[in-house]
Amino acid sequence: MEETAGRILWDIRLPRASAVLILGGALALSGYLLQAFFHNPIAGPFVLGISSGAKMVVALVMVFLLGRGIRITSAFMILAAFTGAMISMGFVLLVSYRVTSMSMLVVSGVMIGYICSAVTELLVTFADDAQIVNLHNWSRGSFSGMTWENVKTMAAVIAITYIAAFLLSKPLSAYGLGEAYAQNMGVNIKLLRVCLVILSSILSACIVAFAGPVSFVGIATPHLMKKLFKTIEPIIMIPACFLGGSAFCLFCDLLARTLLAPTELSISTITAIFGAPVVLWAMVKHKKERAL
Amino acid sequence: MGYGKAQKGEGVVREYYFKTGQMSVGYGKEPLIKEIEIRLDKGEILTLIGPNGAGKSTVLKSIAGQLKLLGGAVYLDKKEVAGMTGRELSKEMAVVFTEKMKTELMTCEDVAATGRYPYTGHFGILSKADYAIVEEAMELVHVKEIKDQDFTKISDGQRQRVMLARAICQEPEIIILDEPTSYLDVKYKLEFLSLLQKLKREKGLTVIMSLHELELAERISDRILCIKGEYVERFGRPEDIFLPGYIRSLFDIRTGSFDEMNTAMELEPVKGRGEVFVIAGGGTGRGVYRRLQRQGIPFTAGILFKNDLDYPVAQALAADMTAAEGFEPVPEKLLEEAKQKMDGCQRVICCKHVFGSYEKANEELLSYARASGKDVEMTAEAVTQ
Repeated sequence: MEETAGRILWDIRLPRASAVLILGGALALSGYLLQAFFHNPIAGPFVLGISSGAKMVVALVMVFLLGRGIRITSAFMILAAFTGAMISMGFVLLVSYRVTSMSMLVVSGVMIGYICSAVTELLVTFADDAQIVNLHNWSRGSFSGMTWENVKTMAAVIAITYIAAFLLSKPLSAYGLGEAYAQNMGVNIKLLRVCLVILSSILSACIVAFAGPVSFVGIATPHLMKKLFKTIEPIIMIPACFLGGSAFCLFCDLLARTLLAPTELSISTITAIFGAPVVLWAMVKHKKERAL
Repeated sequence: MGYGKAQKGEGVVREYYFKTGQMSVGYGKEPLIKEIEIRLDKGEILTLIGPNGAGKSTVLKSIAGQLKLLGGAVYLDKKEVAGMTGRELSKEMAVVFTEKMKTELMTCEDVAATGRYPYTGHFGILSKADYAIVEEAMELVHVKEIKDQDFTKISDGQRQRVMLARAICQEPEIIILDEPTSYLDVKYKLEFLSLLQKLKREKGLTVIMSLHELELAERISDRILCIKGEYVERFGRPEDIFLPGYIRSLFDIRTGSFDEMNTAMELEPVKGRGEVFVIAGGGTGRGVYRRLQRQGIPFTAGILFKNDLDYPVAQALAADMTAAEGFEPVPEKLLEEAKQKMDGCQRVICCKHVFGSYEKANEELLSYARASGKDVEMTAEAVTQ
């Protein structure tokens, strides 16, 4: 009995909790970077369709390779998700050059997300029965079934990305003041923008590869942290968002597991309940400040 | 490369602190303005003037390196700007643009402190010395007392001064400002420009800016650059730019008029035969001329010396007038001419209560008006008399 409890704790609970901490942090950080990139307070990997793009390519790869009996490594999953994230990001960037309005950008992101989700659904329909269960659970977003192997991979990738983002905090702070001023302060805007796109895509890809799309953590956490620390300085916001995202996700995952136990809720159900009001509040507040 | 050509009349080849050589600017591939040649010594103030949409901002952005030059080069202290790294340039040149800075949860001090960016280390943390510079800059532009206030919640005048403090923190040699006074009231306009003059004198700061207020441009600028169409129309000292008729042609003014001597503008005169005859002089008539213009009544101005304060306004607004040479007695012929003109008018307004020894002609006009039974209205005695 002791033995079983220990195994459950060590093999199931602990890797899951670690993954939630790491991915939750990554999610919030990716949201923060996207908000900084677009100067848009309601940007995030989910609303901009980046998660859905990653999901689509991962589903494609899974159906194609699993159907041929080939095992997929975590690293390969991340790579597939990254490809998908970059495809969506490409579309969002194209749109962002044409529309300047922050709401239009988000609307187009949501549309891209819908298209990707539709393609994913289509793939799931054509997949084998055996894969469907797997795919279906994953495509709704869930932290279940994490192994230490997964945790190691994600920790390595996200640690590197996190450090890279943190090293960008000085130019990022100048970029936040507006591009004209950042440039005058000696920031290489083009390079910074490329870095931001790549870093936020890697983070989004990591989350999708391991947990599927998780909504609202990315948008909501930066707002909560901004409110908590009363600053937008990246040097504080980057670690704050990471830790905040970790805590937020851990809390939501706990609820997802226990609320209707033994049935497990999808993680996005819980994050939406707590995250969406924050986003609404941020939007209303932003509108008010614009009007002033 | 890097050598300033001799300016007209100076005869010697000399080097300028700031110089553009055949600079062409614009968005995309087609140049908006071509072959711009600017030469400035250290500590000079250059103002760009020209019609809306002429490309003043485009020129400023190109000088600041925010827009790629479509031709030519910009030299700062003999170095080509395009060859400098972002960090090098940011230590030499600061900007204050019309775009509002996006600040959130930032105090005025935080905003000013962003000017220290080029001097801080990898994580942008300010040292004690940096803070001392920020404080000094805020003191210089008189915003120290609002340093803890939220930047988004201060007035336009204060905001513009905080932006200037920020630029000063950058310890630049040259500062670029795009319409820095546009949203300021008259008090702040004067304060802001006085600050620029102080910086120029005390720190040898070179200033390049655009202004909409021509009267301010004329007063503060050492050099003025006039942009119109594809080329720079004129570049020179204000006294060589504000020549009669030039502003009208630069801005293509079709209604109303601009008086370059006094940098003052008047609305469109009322057309038609003069209905009211106005006797004035020494600045007493301007208010009446403008009132008649507002009421849509064409008027004839009495005898005015060409060096009189009323003269340029009468010239701009009167349907007809009689002008006499300044510092000379009024010839009899002009008096007769003025009397004839008065005959055509129903009413006479006299703004003068006391006539000086060179105003006998106007005094006689008043007697003539009374004698010929005109409806004579005396204005309230002006304080200036």
